[in-house]
Amino acid sequence: MNGAEFVPLSLTPILIGVLAAIACALPGNFLVLRKQALIGDAISHVVLPGIVVAFLITGAVAAAPMMLGAAGAALIAVAMIEAIRRLGNIEPGAAMGLTFTTLFAAGVLLLEQSDTSSVHLDVEHALYGNLESLIWLDAMGWQSLFDPIALAGLPPELGRVAVALMGVIGFLWLFWRPLMISTFDESFAQAMGVATNRLGVALVMVAALAAVAAFDAVGSIIVIAMFICPPAAARLMTNRLEHQVVWSVVFAALSALLGYVFAGYGPLWLGFDHAVSAAGMIATVSGAILAIAAVCAPHRHRSGAPAT
Amino acid sequence: MFWDALTLQLGYNASLVTVGATLLGISAGVTGTFLYLRKRALVSDAISHATLPGVGIAFIVMVALGGDGRALPGLLLGAAVSSWIGLLCVSWLTRLTRLSEDAAIGAVLSVFFGFGIVLLTIIQTMGAGRAAGLESFLLGATAGMLFNDALVIAAGGTLTLLAVLILRRPMTLLAFDPEYAATRGINVARMDLAIMALAMAVTVIGLKIVGLILIVAMLIIPPVTARFWTDRTDQMALISGLCGGLAAWIGASMSAVAPAMPTGPIIVLVSFALFALSLMLAPNRGVLAAYLRHRRFQRRVHMRQGLLALAQSQPIYEAYTMRLLKQAKLALPDGVPTDAGRARAAKALRDEKRWELVRADQAFESAAALYDGLRDIETVLTADQINEIDQRIGGPKEVTP
Repeated sequence: MNGAEFVPLSLTPILIGVLAAIACALPGNFLVLRKQALIGDAISHVVLPGIVVAFLITGAVAAAPMMLGAAGAALIAVAMIEAIRRLGNIEPGAAMGLTFTTLFAAGVLLLEQSDTSSVHLDVEHALYGNLESLIWLDAMGWQSLFDPIALAGLPPELGRVAVALMGVIGFLWLFWRPLMISTFDESFAQAMGVATNRLGVALVMVAALAAVAAFDAVGSIIVIAMFICPPAAARLMTNRLEHQVVWSVVFAALSALLGYVFAGYGPLWLGFDHAVSAAGMIATVSGAILAIAAVCAPHRHRSGAPAT
Repeated sequence: MFWDALTLQLGYNASLVTVGATLLGISAGVTGTFLYLRKRALVSDAISHATLPGVGIAFIVMVALGGDGRALPGLLLGAAVSSWIGLLCVSWLTRLTRLSEDAAIGAVLSVFFGFGIVLLTIIQTMGAGRAAGLESFLLGATAGMLFNDALVIAAGGTLTLLAVLILRRPMTLLAFDPEYAATRGINVARMDLAIMALAMAVTVIGLKIVGLILIVAMLIIPPVTARFWTDRTDQMALISGLCGGLAAWIGASMSAVAPAMPTGPIIVLVSFALFALSLMLAPNRGVLAAYLRHRRFQRRVHMRQGLLALAQSQPIYEAYTMRLLKQAKLALPDGVPTDAGRARAAKALRDEKRWELVRADQAFESAAALYDGLRDIETVLTADQINEIDQRIGGPKEVTP
């Protein structure tokens, strides 16, 4: 394959996939360690009503209001889970399941009842995104990377995902120590003067930011997979948080890369002539990585558990 | 028109779907109760998402064998097998690795769902049009359902409900005290699997009506709703079944009238409405009840503090206390106690002194444990005991106005 074909058609989807995967995997590390892994699942479901409401209000498929709507929906969902949990004294898992199914149902109903036939907005798109369509038509080959005119034609999703990734990295870099301490020993963190509740909400908000930006580009199924699978696999590789974060980034990038390649070229190798869903394939590859880690990673057993 | 749908007047197929959905809702509510009490509500999320690859593979296999890829029993069988594999993956990941259950659930649901999407795109390329029915498994659709499909759903709903009724005793035991259940000769691991199998049956049967993304709601929301109304398991299962059945009945009827309305979301939203009502209005555990309880408590505290202040002729600055005393005609607007107020105040002060002695005396230890500053001493001690204490205090003192 040469640059003239690869750069416009495959480079940007791969880049967007990798960046989105890393942006989700980074906060995912902390969510998995805090046993809040399913928050990612909940957030990615409630993004749908957010964008539908944003669409109904503005009447157009524009990125900014939809991102705002999605972020607002994530906030509402988190508040709703907390409220139901406290007011009704209901266990967090059930409160979460109740909240996200209700909001998702409301989103589907709104979508079906409103006139969205003229625009590209449907449930399937929300679930598995359109990674394959994020091509860079202005590129002629590798030399376009240095051509300002061609660079201006990059898909806007790339910039948004990159900004979200910077935001996530910035948050983790700023709050690394308090996050680490409060994840492993909440009462010690409180004794040290860390506002653990606020930090927890901030972490969920950062996860929501990553989810919304990634959702826009790659659909919710990758978002859930990347929140959980790479960090979970990384958790089985090491006992140190720093190493776990590095492993999770490696696994996330690898899943996105391999997933895209398998989806785009795998069927051709096998003699079929159609590509399969890249989003689904990326999730599948991340699952395969987790399965391998669960079978032979060095730290897969609970510490103290008898060797089997 | 809507009434016709509710009363099953809209033709044989629509009625069958409505009955099937209602039965499914009832069994989902009852099964979900045990899932919720076992604190494993979200496992159903993994089960439901894990059905998708099975549906895809079943379709491919049936087409490869030369049959119709959309035959519902075959698709449901595939869904059952793959969700069972997903379930085994969850329990395997939690048992053999250090991952917690929520991470295992999330991993399984996203990976299986992703793989299912891959299979769906493969099916789409196998021949346009033939896969048209499969997308409906994501969100459910009752419009245009075949008679045989409706029959499968109605029969499945009935069978699941029967299985739940048969297994309800051991499941109750397990939900509250697994160790005790084990000593009673119940195989805990197998019974856990049975609960999961029932949840799986509900999920698989509900696929066509509610869709795999929202079917978890039918397993989660009714039990949470029912928990507000009762503290007894059998009643909770009953109420939960009623809520689930009601929501499914209304939802299926509405979408029979307006085919554009997707059934699944309506069922979920009706369930949520029932939940929201319960959250607000349920006796004892509801928000309104909690608020009233709080107000009552506040009133008792203010009343008591006000009476003690009157007894010791201290000024009362708290406006709410003053208002309460005036309303009960215990004090005049300027803070001077009435005769009744003076009597109540003297009694309050005396009770306070009695409590002081009770709490100081080892002999009254068990009574003193009940002291919370508000309890009337007559409810704790007998008249003889109070007399004994009064003799230690001495005669009553007059309250100076």
